[in-house]
Amino acid sequence: MTEKLVIIGAGMASGRMIEHLVEAAPDAFDITLFNAEPRGNYNRIMLSPVLAGDKTYREIVTHDEDWYAQHGVTCRFGEPVVAIDRDMKVVEGAHGHVPYDKLVVATGSIPFMIPLPGRDLEGVIAYRDLEDTQRMMSMGAGNRVVVIGGGLLGLEAAAGMAARGVDVTVVHIMGHLMERQLDEAAGYLLKKSLEAKGITVKLQANSKEILGQDGHVRALLLDDGTELPCDLLVMAVGIRPNVALAQEAGLAVGKGIHVDDQMITSDADVMAVGECVEHQGALFGLVAPLYDQAKVAAQTLLGQETAFRQKTLSTKLKVTGCDLFSAGDFADGETREDIVFRDPARGVYKRLVIEDDRLIGAVMYGDTADSNWFFGLIQSGESIDEMRDTLIFGPAFQGGSSVDPLSAVAALPPEAEICGCNGICKSTITEAIEGGAGDLAAVRATTKASASCGTCTGLVEQLLQVTLGDAFRVPAAQPICGCCDLTHEDVRRLIKSQALKSQEAVWQELGWKTRNGCHVCRPAVNFYLLADWPLEYQDDPQSRFVNERKHANIQKDGTFSVVPRMWGGITNPTELRAIADAADKYNVPTVKVTGGQRIDLLGVKGEDLPYIWADLNKAGLVSGHAYSKGLRTVKTCVGTDHCRFGTQDSTGLGIKLEQVLWGSWTPHKVKLAVSGCPRNCAEATCKDVGIICVDSGYQVGVAGAAGMDVKQTERLADVPTEEEAIDLTVAFIQLYRENAKYLDRPYKWVAKVGLDWVKARVVDDLEERARLIAAFELSQSIYRKDPWAEHAKEADRYQTLADLTLEAAE
Amino acid sequence: MSWIDLGPVTDIPVRGARTLKTALGCVAVFRTAEDEVFALTDRCPHKGGPLSEGIVHGQSVTCPLHNWVFDLNTGVAKGEDATVETFAVRVEAGRVLIDASRLAGRSAA
Ligand code: SRM
Ligand SMILES: Cc1cc2nc3c(=O)[nH]c(=O)nc-3n(C[C@H](O)[C@H](O)[C@H](O)COP(=O)(O)OP(=O)(O)OC[C@H]3O[C@@H](n4cnc5c(N)ncnc54)[C@H](O)[C@@H]3O)c2cc1C
Ligand code: SF4
Ligand code: FES
Repeated sequence: MTEKLVIIGAGMASGRMIEHLVEAAPDAFDITLFNAEPRGNYNRIMLSPVLAGDKTYREIVTHDEDWYAQHGVTCRFGEPVVAIDRDMKVVEGAHGHVPYDKLVVATGSIPFMIPLPGRDLEGVIAYRDLEDTQRMMSMGAGNRVVVIGGGLLGLEAAAGMAARGVDVTVVHIMGHLMERQLDEAAGYLLKKSLEAKGITVKLQANSKEILGQDGHVRALLLDDGTELPCDLLVMAVGIRPNVALAQEAGLAVGKGIHVDDQMITSDADVMAVGECVEHQGALFGLVAPLYDQAKVAAQTLLGQETAFRQKTLSTKLKVTGCDLFSAGDFADGETREDIVFRDPARGVYKRLVIEDDRLIGAVMYGDTADSNWFFGLIQSGESIDEMRDTLIFGPAFQGGSSVDPLSAVAALPPEAEICGCNGICKSTITEAIEGGAGDLAAVRATTKASASCGTCTGLVEQLLQVTLGDAFRVPAAQPICGCCDLTHEDVRRLIKSQALKSQEAVWQELGWKTRNGCHVCRPAVNFYLLADWPLEYQDDPQSRFVNERKHANIQKDGTFSVVPRMWGGITNPTELRAIADAADKYNVPTVKVTGGQRIDLLGVKGEDLPYIWADLNKAGLVSGHAYSKGLRTVKTCVGTDHCRFGTQDSTGLGIKLEQVLWGSWTPHKVKLAVSGCPRNCAEATCKDVGIICVDSGYQVGVAGAAGMDVKQTERLADVPTEEEAIDLTVAFIQLYRENAKYLDRPYKWVAKVGLDWVKARVVDDLEERARLIAAFELSQSIYRKDPWAEHAKEADRYQTLADLTLEAAE
Repeated sequence: MSWIDLGPVTDIPVRGARTLKTALGCVAVFRTAEDEVFALTDRCPHKGGPLSEGIVHGQSVTCPLHNWVFDLNTGVAKGEDATVETFAVRVEAGRVLIDASRLAGRSAA
């Protein structure tokens, strides 16, 4: 006897279920299919190609009227079900009742709308159905659209509209796109590809309010005050299972409608499939598991034994030119190992995650040709021990080929600047090489590249090798560390010429072999980025050694030292009292006068740091940066104020210099001194910059040393005014910041580039001097501030996370 | 196992660590760039450096005092014949959970 089967929702899950049913037992059921949308089943996931103009709606319809007629399905499209009466076993549609023997709820999900003020304005839509798609398709060149949400749906919407010439901005709250499917590296590449399509991507952007005009959306307002004008606003921030109907009918509902392994709800005659269900705590948002559910549901209806099992899922993005793949678990868990492969030339990134000799996760960008093979390995869980070394190269790997260390340089575009001093780009050099310049000397002679400061030598040599192949052998240059094949100088140059403004950009474009560097390269890269892009790059404390991260020197027993600044070595009774009080209050074991003309409080406990800083701040004392690769002290002597030999106000100049320079980050620490006369009581002749005052003005010396090496300063210039002495000092330090290798003190760097090269820029070329000073000031607009005051506000961070000794006592 | 909730994972800086006081000394809880968490004794076997203050890279941490590098999974120091103890921790629904029975178990031993 035919049973009456009623299905609520003509979506992808129920569509597949009906197919299985009519195929296996055409006459078993008398089917009634309700759908809120005024149409039957179509392939919802293909709405994106429809939006992009690659397909038409007709092409994505899975079941048309003929098909329903042929299989005797009664269609009630455009008619939402408003209630289920389980006692009477009747479904109440908007236009009348239908009784059932078996009921299947397949209501899918509802797009989540962030409850922002203005979300009810006309022109604020989600991305779920054909109506939404058509609304977006009505946009064209000249229209502006903002998409909130940088996940799968939001990006497909953005790319589809961008393909129609719409000016699209994606606003995403997280630090990288598709963070649930991709790691940072792949997210970086995806962003780059989307930007190449003309889409603006705003990360870490928090939406605050939707602004309207005459009831229609006008702009999106962000937390930081930015207004993004738009004609349409698409919210694609997630979905919630559509459970209202089931809930009102009294079915067991958590986040979704509870179903067992047979897709049966808490009522034996009611089943549920699709995104509206919750199975063993899991929700669903991709079709692969829904198709499994559809099959199980059909089998259950037909009385066959069966069970739904959750499987590992994989994701792809349907945007042309954005080839990505992600599967399995690449985030949580212990005892796992990574294999990373990057090919900057092709914009390829692959990462495999291995645990117990099994592949458990994979993320790929740029080349996903082998993704199915990797996905198979994840699903089968077979041992990959035998092929571990070559696994990442995919199934076709035959042994032999290895990663090319030159690929980063080979990938550079022809116009990439290689030699900054002489403004020589890559193509000029490769043309010279092709024209017969076969070695470094010849390239230097014909193009001048690497003939000035010489720091781009490594890059020029690599170009020789890329162009000439085995005919040229690069003298072995020291890479920064095992994470990459490039020297410090090469990395610095490429960060500038390729405008790399984030750590992820450096890792990917320069072919890093590890996920996020190591303790050797990461602090260096962090410095290079902040020195070159002070406004765009945000300093990363987690890439700094403990001293700079904690703004205090760690000591052998794990306590810290606190050294407040004493400008030019000058202090007063209030400051001294504050220091004495702090020493008392925090039981500081040792108070010492340093070699840098100030007072050191040694042995302070880590958790007390924010509080001692706050106390010192109250007396006007700020961080002395005794821990930083940055400006340390400016030693001074008493000069004309008191000394009978003083020629200029050496104390005053020292204070001015310290006030201009403090807070700046430099490749290594920088120490200055100003002496009032050649007797040199401030020991200025062995400093990074040392100034000796004389009757006629100021002798500015640079590149001295008095640490592991001892070396006298070299004379940069003699200048008549204090102002010029300050200008030369600032310009010299900025040139050092822009060019030196991380952890080279100025004397080491000057030895490499030559004092003449420095003089040409700092002393002779007035335009360049002005540029250097302006660049320094720009950077200082961000860094000239007291880090102690900032950190004192976050005292929590300095405390332990929890005290389990208390728990244990209970 | 007895899991204790240490609070939201966001309380630990990404590529950083926070410490726990236990009856048996400090334990460092690390969070990597990929939001994995690990827990190790916060004391370097070399000269007692606080590992929680080290630079976290990949699934390793470098001791802040003399740069020994430890695998966060196993506690083994790279190239050294030394290991620090590790403890079971996991993230569930954004919260960090640590297995306290082991911490207690160690005290009994
Ligand atoms: C506190 C102080 C010694 C003192 O009691 O006087 C000191 C203490 C340290 N010095 Fe120094 N240096 C101190 C003046 C000097 C001087 C003399 C000077 O500045 O007039 C020098 C020689 C000049 C120079 O800078 O080269 C000096 C050359 C060094 C060096 C070798 C640098 C080099 O390039 O050769 C290091 C190691 C390094 O920086 O890599 C160093 C490193 C250190 C560190 C930070 C070691 C460390 O990494 O933990 C010490 C921190 C101790 C602590 O726990 O706080 N310290 N150090 C002095 C602080 C001055 C200040 O007020 O900021
Ligand atoms: C633009 C877009 C792109 C996507 N791309 C992919 C992809 O690439 N890969 C992938 O795996 N997944 C993708 N998805 C997700 C996939 O489409 C869904 O997982 C799938 O459609 C869910 O199927 P379902 O049957 O549970 O729900 P749906 O397909 O949403 O069907 C539910 C139907 O029930 C109807 N309904 C709801 N309530 C009632 C009611 N009370 N009465 C009557 N009818 C009702 C709704 O109108 C709807 O038509 C995409 C989704 C969208 C929107
Ligand atoms: S000379 Fe400097 S680095 Fe050496 S022990 Fe003394 S303070 Fe420490
Ligand atoms: S104390 Fe850790 S390396 Fe020395």
